[in-house]
Amino acid sequence: MTGAKALWATLAAHGISTVFGYPGGAIMPVYDALTYYPEVRHVLARHEQGAIHAAEGWAKATGEIGVCIATSGPGATNLVTGLADAMMDNVPLLAITGNVARHLMGTDAFQEADITGITLPITKHNYVVTDPNELPAIVAEAIRIARSGRPGPVLVDIPKDVQLAAFTGKLVKPQAAPEAISPRPEAIHAACELLKTAKKPVLMVGGGSQGASKEITEFARAWQIPTITTLMGLGAFPASDPLWLGMPGMHGSVAANHAISQADVLIGFGLRFDDRVTGRVKDFAPNAQIIHVDLDAAEIGKIVRAHLPVKSDAKQAAVALTDGAVPFEVPEWQAQIDEWKMRGEHPTTWGAAQAVRQVVARLRPDDILTTDVGQHQMLAAQLARFEKPRRWLTSGGLGTMGFGFPAALGAAMAEPGVQSIVIAGDGGFQMTSQELATLTKYDIRNCKICIINNSYLGMVRQWQELFHEKRYSEVYLGDSNPDFLKLADAYNIKGWRADNSADLETAIDAWLSHDGSGLLEVVVPNEHGVFPMVPAGAALYEMIENEPVKVPDLGDKMNVMASAANTEISTEASQ
Amino acid sequence: MTSPLQPVSDHLVSALVRDEPRVLTRITSLFGRRGYNIKSLSVGATEMPGVSRMTFVVSGDRGVVEQAMKQLDKLHDVVKIIDHSLEKYVDRELVLVKVRVENTERRIEIRQMAEDFRARIVDAGHHALTFEVTGDEGKITAFIEQMRTFGILETMRTGRIALTRGSNADIPSHIYHDGETETLQPVLQSAPREGKAREVNNMF
Ligand SMILES: Cc1ncc(C[n+]2csc(CCOP(=O)(O)OP(=O)(O)O)c2C)c(N)n1
Repeated sequence: MTGAKALWATLAAHGISTVFGYPGGAIMPVYDALTYYPEVRHVLARHEQGAIHAAEGWAKATGEIGVCIATSGPGATNLVTGLADAMMDNVPLLAITGNVARHLMGTDAFQEADITGITLPITKHNYVVTDPNELPAIVAEAIRIARSGRPGPVLVDIPKDVQLAAFTGKLVKPQAAPEAISPRPEAIHAACELLKTAKKPVLMVGGGSQGASKEITEFARAWQIPTITTLMGLGAFPASDPLWLGMPGMHGSVAANHAISQADVLIGFGLRFDDRVTGRVKDFAPNAQIIHVDLDAAEIGKIVRAHLPVKSDAKQAAVALTDGAVPFEVPEWQAQIDEWKMRGEHPTTWGAAQAVRQVVARLRPDDILTTDVGQHQMLAAQLARFEKPRRWLTSGGLGTMGFGFPAALGAAMAEPGVQSIVIAGDGGFQMTSQELATLTKYDIRNCKICIINNSYLGMVRQWQELFHEKRYSEVYLGDSNPDFLKLADAYNIKGWRADNSADLETAIDAWLSHDGSGLLEVVVPNEHGVFPMVPAGAALYEMIENEPVKVPDLGDKMNVMASAANTEISTEASQ
Repeated sequence: MTSPLQPVSDHLVSALVRDEPRVLTRITSLFGRRGYNIKSLSVGATEMPGVSRMTFVVSGDRGVVEQAMKQLDKLHDVVKIIDHSLEKYVDRELVLVKVRVENTERRIEIRQMAEDFRARIVDAGHHALTFEVTGDEGKITAFIEQMRTFGILETMRTGRIALTRGSNADIPSHIYHDGETETLQPVLQSAPREGKAREVNNMF
């Protein structure tokens, strides 16, 4: 047996059924050995970034570890964005890279890159395997580290001669998952006592709660606490529950942001108080006693002071807090929240918001929705209604354009019986559109792509409009976007296009009922913004609820150029 | 978390780490990325094969230091963190100080002064004397201040090192079956990863 075979044997023993990757010189022995392990399916992406985001999509949808493989040097560096993404969003991921032979390492050999050095700050841990006999133990440990505690990416770099070397060591069995961290009874007792005193309680549920959705929902209902889900926490609490008040933060709901600003007790589960969530930190939940439940002690008190830290697994803490529930009602608070909930509805005129609304209205509870990054992402987060966890996959922490499509592809492969829908912008889609080839190659039928085409890097354009006096610097794409339908067609994928609400409805029907993957392009007006919005550096209660009325300012040369460009596009679009 | 209410001060922290490639880079890159200020860092082997000990002086308010320790504690290579402010400890630093000697009169004066500090002469030239001093930070600072009046040519400090006082070892070495590298692995795996950092937050 070789080191390479020992690698596959170990992966197979860990129940890894699918890996995403791309071959190259320094990983060839691993690819050669793969032919002896038919129990592992290898998915050939068209770019290593596509492979790693697909592995992330797999992991985010299933909660199981995602695995990707790349060669040395350029192959390995193409994984960097995905590793940073997985690190930020706590995605359990194993990345395997080839490297040049041991004696060449450190000599600037052909296709050599110090990938362990490069990825040091963006992996939970990483290894260079220097002894073939240690390979199984290292891979097993890497998998354990990736899954345990706060999950994250682990990279294992294997020099080519180690892959080829004779393996004389022992294969290892999967290591048992470490036990969940239970909260201290005193902490739970103190939290219950504090909650009992609350007149305006709020529960905030973050991405670390995706695996504890059931228990957290029970906790919120037992105590009747109005509940907010962060961008990463969407789906961890059912949107249909009257206690739900949306997402907080920069593009959060009016109800969520006001509730945070006025809350007297705020209990946060598995969240890290990202600056996009808090707004100006010193004015975040200014009146609230904060209970912060997290298994990562380093998150508690990192940004926002926790009056009551509870170091615990979300599930264990939720169960304990439910056990401590007392009859509890805050009718005035709930009435105030219901009033806020009525506000901040998007207009129903034709535009990106309306388009996204029509698409997400068609989601069924089991469907997976992934997005790219930008306006369409925030609109989808605001408008989609998730009833279940792990159905919303987005790049929340790093904000990675190019994430949505390959992630949907990976999720679609993980759950072939489920429909996986991606909503992307015209900008981000082009960052990983080469993965259309992967859709075709594996005949993935349950992955549906929707491109919201506003001819701009919309989110950047919105900021330029609001904060740079409409100087639209380098954000216009409309003069050079491909014909997305022709692009799909080039890969043998069927496409539809719509530029108004009625046509969109018809197109959605055809797109969703089509037996196979498909691409839907929705052409929308160029200059819509996403609201509500809390400007960077402002407090949550300083949010702008609605799109400001636009005053045409034709004196500005840039504006004239931009509007000229817009006319061009809208004529094109109506053709 | 910088709060104007908490004074910025120096904190002495030790970490027991696995002796693995890049462990130093891992730790310093963590400090660098998060903007923690390391005032001194010393690293050395311990009596246990495979385990090194690092002592840091981190400056910042209590919140910054706690956060730094919690972040450190998350690294796979870090077996244990010891916050020396929680218990009595001994700490030492070694410094080499090269002082200018203008004439014989001065030489006598300098040697006299050095004796008071129990500084040892490790090198003597025509125009310079090099002293070795060990001690806690106060003593070393005081020595350097005294020598300044004669004219310091060069100094080099090792950075502080520290051990908890008394018979409690941070990780009792007998559990490592001293010397046997093979036996280290299982012990390291089961070694308590509960650092003192966690005890700081006794609310958890
Ligand atoms: C890889 C990467 N590069 C740049 C950015 C900065 N960025 C954030 S949103 C955005 C615009 C996205 O435009 P598009 O994909 O067309 O989506 P829209 O906002 O129009 O919905 C950009 C460039 C990013 N998030 N990721």
